[in-house]
Amino acid sequence: MAREHFQNLLRGLEQELVGMGEMVIAAIDRSIQALKNVDKVEAERIIADDALINSKRWEIENKCIQLFATQQPVAGDLREIVSFMDLITNLERMGDHAKGIATIVVRHDQTPLLKPLIDIPRMAAKAGEMIQKSLTAFITQDVDAARAIIEMDNEVDALYEQIFRELLTYMMEDARTITRAVYLIWVSHNLERIADRVTNICERIIFMVTGEISGN
Amino acid sequence: MSMSGIAIATQRLDLFYGDFQALTAVDLQVPEREVTALIGPSGCGKSTLLRVFNRMNDLIDGVRVSGQVLIGGKDIYAVDADLLRLREKVGMVFQRPNPFPLSVFENITFGLAVHQLAPRREYDMIVEKALRSVLLWDDLKDKLQRSALGLSLEQQQRLCIARVLPLKPQVLLMDEPCSALDPIATLHIEELMQKLKQEYTIVIVTHNMQQAARASDRTGFMYLGKLVEFGLTAKIFTQPAQELTENYISGRFG
Repeated sequence: MAREHFQNLLRGLEQELVGMGEMVIAAIDRSIQALKNVDKVEAERIIADDALINSKRWEIENKCIQLFATQQPVAGDLREIVSFMDLITNLERMGDHAKGIATIVVRHDQTPLLKPLIDIPRMAAKAGEMIQKSLTAFITQDVDAARAIIEMDNEVDALYEQIFRELLTYMMEDARTITRAVYLIWVSHNLERIADRVTNICERIIFMVTGEISGN
Repeated sequence: MSMSGIAIATQRLDLFYGDFQALTAVDLQVPEREVTALIGPSGCGKSTLLRVFNRMNDLIDGVRVSGQVLIGGKDIYAVDADLLRLREKVGMVFQRPNPFPLSVFENITFGLAVHQLAPRREYDMIVEKALRSVLLWDDLKDKLQRSALGLSLEQQQRLCIARVLPLKPQVLLMDEPCSALDPIATLHIEELMQKLKQEYTIVIVTHNMQQAARASDRTGFMYLGKLVEFGLTAKIFTQPAQELTENYISGRFG
């Protein structure tokens, strides 16, 4: 088969991308876990580990640049490598959001959380699932799956809205809760941004497969 | 880099055609089992350098070589160097496929017969192995007695590569091996190089720098008889150290 070597390089890059995605999903999970336990030590570790995600991103980007320079990709191959560069940027930013949640944990004073976490873990789980599915859709070049994942973002948005309203009620009832309520709003905002970035990935999958640039 | 793992090493290599200096102080270390590409504008000395490695330049009058060329650790220009053995260990593939006007089978066994390397009863096995290595076996297994001249150009070039393999060379030299081939056949030969490098050291001279970029692990850029830059292909084509290299690979001269 022609260009087997090049195909192997692309498949290798896909594996690295999936690996980076797993790092991001793990960072999100850990950040929510650290929040539940108000575990500042773990939160500091998550913040430090974000550097690993960043360096993974540069590593993959460097390989993409080398593929542009040496393999002269065209058509679908070109769109795939362009998409790699976009995906890693989005994943890297998701890592920053996980780090953002960890930062909120560090800022949280010793008081317990305002309330037991219910919707925030659901939101985080949904976001993680979206990342996982989007990477699978990327590897399998599945446009239908990509469109379905974009729809999932509505569920995350609904949860965000719900969390916001609930915390607003707390704050209106008792001004002393404001600081801790705002922290939780920030956390949910980070999760909402993560899910938005997954929709960017899905739009990129549609571009990669069809060549159409969509998205709002 | 230590000597182990180095297939070809040149030191202060100069080559003159009469008064004309074609190579100047070339220091090059070609790693084993990699594809090394030599690029540069016409007349830069890349083909001359390639021909140094199996002493093809000896055939030209007035050629003088100084400096050292070690292949497998042996000085190939030493007074006691065995030329026949060198050509056995360093195979060459040329620009235009040049199969002998013989059958496919005889093309493969020709070198074996000349070098008396294997008994005849092993020929069938050797021919099959060689043709399999270049992915020709399935196409030609029922056509072994046909003339090699009737093959397509790509098949002929594959056959010319296969012809070298029974001699168990350490190094395969390829001088513009794809310039007579169409783009798809070119990609096929490049793919074959990726497969062959698992066993052989390959040095390729090419005018087509995209080919060097695609197919090689290391690239040497030559200009006016000098090796301007040598390094990992991925590095040369993204961040060359020399401005001259950058200007050449980006098409600004040459």
